[in-house]
Amino acid sequence: MSARANFDNNLKELKEMLLEMAHKSEQAMKESMVALLNQDMDKAKKVIDGDNEIDDMEDAINNKALLLIARESPVATDLRKISVALKVSSEVERLADIAVNIAKSTLQIGNEEYFKDIIDIPKMMGMALEMVSESITAYYSEDIEIAKKCAEKDDAVDNMFGDLIQELLSYIPKNPNATNQIIQLSFVCRFIERIADHSTNIAENVVYLVTGKRINLNE
Amino acid sequence: MSAPTLTRQVFDIRDLNLWYGDHHALKNINFPINKKEVTAIIGPSGCGKSTFIKTLNLMINMVPSVKMTGEINFNGQNILGEKMDLVELRKHVGMVFQKGNPFPQSIYDNVAYGPRVHGIKKKKHLDELVIKSLMDVALWEEVKDRLTAPALGLSGGQQQRLCIARALATKPDVLLMDEPTSALDPISTLKIEELILELKEKYTIVIVTHNMQQASRVSNKTAFFLMGELIELDSTSTIFSNPNDSRTEGYITGRFG
Repeated sequence: MSARANFDNNLKELKEMLLEMAHKSEQAMKESMVALLNQDMDKAKKVIDGDNEIDDMEDAINNKALLLIARESPVATDLRKISVALKVSSEVERLADIAVNIAKSTLQIGNEEYFKDIIDIPKMMGMALEMVSESITAYYSEDIEIAKKCAEKDDAVDNMFGDLIQELLSYIPKNPNATNQIIQLSFVCRFIERIADHSTNIAENVVYLVTGKRINLNE
Repeated sequence: MSAPTLTRQVFDIRDLNLWYGDHHALKNINFPINKKEVTAIIGPSGCGKSTFIKTLNLMINMVPSVKMTGEINFNGQNILGEKMDLVELRKHVGMVFQKGNPFPQSIYDNVAYGPRVHGIKKKKHLDELVIKSLMDVALWEEVKDRLTAPALGLSGGQQQRLCIARALATKPDVLLMDEPTSALDPISTLKIEELILELKEKYTIVIVTHNMQQASRVSNKTAFFLMGELIELDSTSTIFSNPNDSRTEGYITGRFG
């Protein structure tokens, strides 16, 4: 048995806590999109209310990570595992905040009928959620190739964001009564674009975790 | 000794092999040591780190069955290559051991011992050296009123700093430290570590330590030895953040050794 079996178990627990938090955040993002599309106010409120639990999970991860630093004096890969857990938990917490922001936009739009069918936003969300899933898988399996594959999709999300914003804003002159929902939907596009950015950040942290080198996967 | 070279290296060890009888204790060691840097040597017990440090002032010659090949170039001169004046060598390469080992003499006489061996007799000159050395190790304020008191009456941490002062009194280029804080409490350890950081402004320091945090706190370079081999020598930040060799990683993270 390793001389540091207890430490290894704690590192494993830290990772599992983070994976659970990531799972909750992913769920929150999916729910927020369903709430937006179905104009389901109850679901949107649930997403907002559920954020506290995710915040608490981040606190627990941070506390455990700091305790491990204090008690185990980690170096090299061990230290990277803990510092990356801290960074990734922060990114995942931001993902949950984005779910809350989308839910708040849903509440802002309310039951006002959409001026057109919402088709591209869920498509963009699908791409962003795929990136989230890949970045978390890359973190779980410590796989650089999956991390890189995830980051490669960021440009496509960025392009889609640019196109959608232009399209949405172009609707305002002909649909002045829908200005509020168009602005809110533009915000949602922006939020989704940020989901892709956070996923890319997680992917970069995976590369650092594995190689010890910091690289910018967005270039 | 020959005049100091212009290079940054104070020691340049090449293809050093050492045997204790049939036991091959150091294997093909190539190890440059830079001036005014702290080089930490880490590795599990029996890896050869203390043997290595004792080759640098040839204290290893006191072991009867030792045989060495290769070169230990000190300021450009191979100390293995010709008949070496050991007293002169050790004037330039001082050593501090695991446990403070003051002579059973006064505080003053302990520090003045080295300079006296090297022929300094004038009291004024000796006084200056003793004061300066004690100041260098931040011990002066604690002992200035009892210089004639027995050195063995000092605390463990003070005794170790006194031994460092004794080594500094001969104005060495290099200070070798073999686990200098392993017998000290955390506060005395921190005092010695602070001292090391100050001393590196003037001296080259080579320190053997089992304390990974100590190596990471005080040294510029870290060398990892394993079973007589130098596995990895790199900047301390690299060794402790992203070592190249998996054996180094295994050792510093406490997973073997």
